[in-house]
Amino acid sequence: MVVRGRPSAIDRSRLPEPGPVRSFAFPAIDKSRLSNGLNVWTVSHPEIPLIAFVLLVRRGASADPPGQDGLAALTADMLDEGSGARSAIEIHEELARIGAQFDTDIGSDALSMSATVLSRFADRALALLSDIVVRPALREGDFSRVRQLRLHRLTQLRDMPGAVADRAFLKLIYGSHPYGHAPIGSEASLAVMSVDDVRSFHASAIRPSFATLIAVGDCRHDQIVQLAARSFADWQDGNAGPAPIANGLPTAARLNIVPRPNAPQSELRIGHVAVPRDTPDYHALVVANTILGGQFVSRINLNLREDKGFTYGARTAFEFRRLAGPFVLQVSVQTTATARAIEESIGEIAGLRGPRPVTADELELGIAGLTRGYARNFETADHIARAAMQLALFDLPDDYFAQFVPTVSRVTAADVHRVMERHVHPPRLTTLIVGDLDAVGADLPALGLGDPVVLHPDLV
Amino acid sequence: MRLAFTKHTLDNGLDVLLHQDRGCPIVAVNLWYHVGSKNEQPGHTGFAHLFEHLMFEGSQHYDRGYFQPLQGAGASLNGSTNADRTNYWEVVPANALELALWMESDRMGYLLPALTDAKFSNQRDVVLNERRQNYENRPYGLAPMALLAALYPPDHPYHWTTIGEIADLNTVRLDEVQAFFRRYYHPANASIALAGDIDLDDALGLVRTYFEDIDAGDRVVPVVAAAALSGDIRIFFEDRVELPRLYVAWLTPAMFADGDADLDLGTDLLANGKTSRLYRRLVFEERIATDVSAAQNSREIAGYAQITATAAPGHTLGEIEQVILEEVTRLAAGGPSDDEIERGRVQAEAQFMYRLQTVGGFGGKSDQLNAYNVFLGDPEYFERDLARYHDVTSQSLQQTVAHYLEPAHRVTLSIVPRGRSTLAAPDSSPTDVS
Repeated sequence: MVVRGRPSAIDRSRLPEPGPVRSFAFPAIDKSRLSNGLNVWTVSHPEIPLIAFVLLVRRGASADPPGQDGLAALTADMLDEGSGARSAIEIHEELARIGAQFDTDIGSDALSMSATVLSRFADRALALLSDIVVRPALREGDFSRVRQLRLHRLTQLRDMPGAVADRAFLKLIYGSHPYGHAPIGSEASLAVMSVDDVRSFHASAIRPSFATLIAVGDCRHDQIVQLAARSFADWQDGNAGPAPIANGLPTAARLNIVPRPNAPQSELRIGHVAVPRDTPDYHALVVANTILGGQFVSRINLNLREDKGFTYGARTAFEFRRLAGPFVLQVSVQTTATARAIEESIGEIAGLRGPRPVTADELELGIAGLTRGYARNFETADHIARAAMQLALFDLPDDYFAQFVPTVSRVTAADVHRVMERHVHPPRLTTLIVGDLDAVGADLPALGLGDPVVLHPDLV
Repeated sequence: MRLAFTKHTLDNGLDVLLHQDRGCPIVAVNLWYHVGSKNEQPGHTGFAHLFEHLMFEGSQHYDRGYFQPLQGAGASLNGSTNADRTNYWEVVPANALELALWMESDRMGYLLPALTDAKFSNQRDVVLNERRQNYENRPYGLAPMALLAALYPPDHPYHWTTIGEIADLNTVRLDEVQAFFRRYYHPANASIALAGDIDLDDALGLVRTYFEDIDAGDRVVPVVAAAALSGDIRIFFEDRVELPRLYVAWLTPAMFADGDADLDLGTDLLANGKTSRLYRRLVFEERIATDVSAAQNSREIAGYAQITATAAPGHTLGEIEQVILEEVTRLAAGGPSDDEIERGRVQAEAQFMYRLQTVGGFGGKSDQLNAYNVFLGDPEYFERDLARYHDVTSQSLQQTVAHYLEPAHRVTLSIVPRGRSTLAAPDSSPTDVS
């Protein structure tokens, strides 16, 4: 036996106990509102001469008008394509001159622009951000180029099993609901879009009263409010488009497959529409998910990866949104293990809900994992800005962060059982495979999920 | 801009780097072993990375998995392997530093008694699935295999990828794992950095307590190898992709060597982001490509630069190749503009500042200190590293590009849709890749 360490002078018979918890003050957010309705939030975090700016607009892909899937994302993509007489390249040269890390993100409920810059450039960063968001050029020529690039992107996504699975799964469980399409839209919807659609979406959705400007870092509140007032003063509210409303959900087949001949792995999605962010069960669901599939030592990952070796990793999530978001398990498994992985996955989901309820050890571990390292989420200016963005997106109270740890700590095994029973329904789970139909087809009937519905890759 | 630290070397050779940052009540523990896929042999590839997986499966005094106690203490943790090093890190609440050191030291000193055949074959399956997910079942995912194999000769340790060959992974044996551990996983081949909410004396005391009684191993002999390209090596393979993609790659200086920073900035201004010369021509103006990117991939004993572009439908890789060569040649002849140099400098300053924001994880302060210490023996290198970028001039960048990005000595790889070999760049030969 090879042992590198000598018989140790220290006690290795037990793990050291953690010491007392060191106190941590959650960041305080200073809030103002400009006369045009724009919220301006700042957090002082002066350790490093940087500022993280985020401009959140509470309109996202779910605000795409009927038949115009992808309009919000295309509009977001057009914002940094020039302003006034300046071209896209000139705008990006200016961003580069201040060392900005600029990014645009579009989700179901919101779009956000972020720019992290050296703090000495705060005024130039806000001036540029306002040019991009408030005064984009939205030119015809740029539109046709950007749309073409998005069509090429859609072509390429057909080869990416994860992207195919995500898009097909949303369509299966949401149908024509505002959450039923990926932000990028489809070939058909992009084909009929015009630059006028972008202009009108910009006018109706990118409005100051939907927006919050967040600045975190080496800055003062009055300074940022003053700069924001100067840069964003002429941003006026137009006529608002309608807020997305939930329409009826389809009933999907329980088992579906998008064929991918000769694929070495099957990309799986298993889930259903679950619950909105404002549910009172939020904290208990977060704990339940941690135990089920939200951490490395979750039931799903320990089973499919560490016990069976079927996959590089498996996870579950309740994707919390303003309207009811999905509960979904996602995993990529070796082709030969497809049916068994589905069986084990559904078994784990159903197990936590009923026959194999959470144990005291699992509950303690899940809560500890969520609470003891919570301060880590507030280390950098970018972390804090992202956290503040959650408050703005979901109308959460100022003391939300301070309350998180005590609230999660109060979750009981009975709570986990109750919220799993209320929000997760095994007979309603929709399973999607993107994989080799010829190789896996014969194993599927034994799952008892009915005949698989074969979806054509071009139609998803 | 400074990254302050103290360095101590224990009697067994373990380097200990300490950095205090009281901003958040957390501590990053970051442990590097100076071993990567570069230390493997042909026929035994993928080994260093497979070994990294085994480090998370438990050790003699806590044999129930590595994650559970640390996640229970509120830690986040991970590890990674590349050609040159393997790193492991935990970011723990400040009150759990001792636990992290207990766990790291137990697997450094006492891994093998807990390593079983069952764990070994399970993690081999996991790694084969990682390979399927990230390479085989991903469009263009096998490009690194083809590029590295063409850039470096078969006996050069950068000839293969870190994930390794399937056949090698299938034949590796448990006794090879044990020999590997003895050879590379010991204090004299390791460096530990602690960054965060620590008292420097207390932290050093804890590291001594847990690591001092682990025996030093034999010094690892540095890997030496050379590579040269005899001409323009033109290859292609077919893949499950819709659009053909072109890769042009050159052999370049190693990490921190003369020319490395010039090529970092040079590849940025050629093809990174909307302000770059190739984006402007290929995507913005001529619209013959859907995307373009470039990088100087600098590694410990050699580097390679690559430019990658995907053809827009209706356009050929030959057209794209011509534009790439024109722009590389133009930069080699005329150098960058003053504005390009100035933007490059400001962006380098910002990038270095961003790295100082976090104590841990991949690329945080603790990881950075270990990188300088392991590769240069000089954790104080942060400021000089930034200076390398400030010292780049129009002339030095031009000369470096002219010297290394030579059209006559390169690898030109095409990846084309299945059954469409005619879409490869002209005069390319098929290459096998899996």
